[in-house]
Amino acid sequence: MRFMIIVKANKQSEAGVMPSTELLDAMGKFNEDLAKAGVLLAADGLQASSKGARVQFSGSKRTVVDGPFAETKELIAGYWIWQVKSLAEAIEWVKRCPNPHVGDSEIEIRQIFEQSDFEELTSKARSGAR
Amino acid sequence: MTESDATVASKAHRAIDAIWRIESARLIAGLARFVRDVGLAEDLAQDALVAALEQWPESGIPDNPGAWLMATAKHRAIDVFRRLKRLEEKNEEIGHRSEAAQELTVAELDAADDDVGDDLLRLMFIACHPIIPTDARVALTLRLIGGLTTEEIARAFLVSTPTIAQRIVRAKRTLAEARIPFEVPSGTERAMRLSSVLEVLYLIFNEGYAATAGDDWLRPALCEDALRLGRIMAELAPAEPEVHGLVALMEIQASRLKSRVGPSGAPILLLDQDRGRWDYLLVRRGLAALKRAEDLGGALGPYALQAAIGACHARARTASDTDWPRIVALYDALAQLTPSPIVALNRAVAVAMAYGPAAGLELVDGLDGEPSLAGYHLLPSVRGDLLEKLGRLEEARIEFDRAALLTQNARERELLLARARSCANTPRT
Repeated sequence: MRFMIIVKANKQSEAGVMPSTELLDAMGKFNEDLAKAGVLLAADGLQASSKGARVQFSGSKRTVVDGPFAETKELIAGYWIWQVKSLAEAIEWVKRCPNPHVGDSEIEIRQIFEQSDFEELTSKARSGAR
Repeated sequence: MTESDATVASKAHRAIDAIWRIESARLIAGLARFVRDVGLAEDLAQDALVAALEQWPESGIPDNPGAWLMATAKHRAIDVFRRLKRLEEKNEEIGHRSEAAQELTVAELDAADDDVGDDLLRLMFIACHPIIPTDARVALTLRLIGGLTTEEIARAFLVSTPTIAQRIVRAKRTLAEARIPFEVPSGTERAMRLSSVLEVLYLIFNEGYAATAGDDWLRPALCEDALRLGRIMAELAPAEPEVHGLVALMEIQASRLKSRVGPSGAPILLLDQDRGRWDYLLVRRGLAALKRAEDLGGALGPYALQAAIGACHARARTASDTDWPRIVALYDALAQLTPSPIVALNRAVAVAMAYGPAAGLELVDGLDGEPSLAGYHLLPSVRGDLLEKLGRLEEARIEFDRAALLTQNARERELLLARARSCANTPRT
């Protein structure tokens, strides 16, 4: 199964402050470990929301709102796509991730939809695994 | 009320499962280098797992669970060797494990954490050693490197758990008795051993991709396992073009998993698939892996060539955009490297697409009477398809009926019978 691992934004990432060399190195090492374990499918860092926009829908009406956006903690600073066996495995990997920001950070783990019959087959084959 | 003890325990068990998935291969590989016996290394790792299952639900999961497991396994190793040594002092019969016992020290065991990559590669090579039967190589690879349990392997291959357990036990014994060195092979042996590794990974993938019998067209969990192992292998042996070739082939084939079956479970052929449902993340990964193989230089090997053929389909926005002449050229190269009637049959299909059904049929007819294709449902199936395109419907119907009799897959049989019926019902022009 696949998961999207979402790194939430904070003040620094929204201000466009680049992470320290140490953090970049640690993150590089973590990504290398993910690749070596065959877990990493994709990864990207996102630029500050000031460089983005939102399109708001109301019925048939569309309104474009330019960034930046206020609710920093709800914004996304980057993501990975991982292929793992379970949510628990994704959690274990995330616990090994270096703290992505100085101070407090949050990483959210969300399972990606697979075609339902796949999921059924997979869980049938794997349910009750050790 | 706070979380019940049972909930806490089951949470801990799930976490331990996950940690085992992440750590087990490295643990076994690191231990195997020192105890010189893959079977013993796995037993020690399992002992550490049992200790974790006993202690962690109470004590909580340590900050570095991998290091905890390794330290626990090492202590067990030392105990085992001390016991063996005492036994040896009493007994003149000397086993090869006891040779290791004489040299084994804590300091040496501590070094077992180094060179994890090399150890994993050694483990991959030994699990796929040609001295053990192919089905045992598959089971051992999934268990030692894939981190699957015996039960999971049994379920995936539709055989009983004791059968798999026995295969694994025998394989470990064979490896121990033959004293297969725990090393990465070099020289001419390396090429032969590498091809065995790749063969095993592709076998696992194919088992998931198209179940050879039964009603389930797909067992995708095995495809994921094979892909994960392939991606690991690509990081362990990045200078081997065929490793990237195989990864590319599997990524590209897996990108079509979702579009290969219709809502009723009937198979959908490549050219009829909805390309919007292909997994373009996997397509992109496949094309990148193929590029890695190509960038290493030299002529493409059989896996990379098959991946390149898959890439022609992946790059075509619609089926009619497919570069068939290039596919024919790639099949020419593949037929030179690995000549086989199956490759010839696939080439004939490509020729038909590039230069018309008559040209393809001529090649297919040349394969008639090929002993290895007798009983192979795709021969009459392809022939039927070409005859249908040429308007020779009665002959086509006979071929589809014959193919339906030969296939082992229930869904495919339905599809072939439907095509036969459609040939019979279409008025002749």
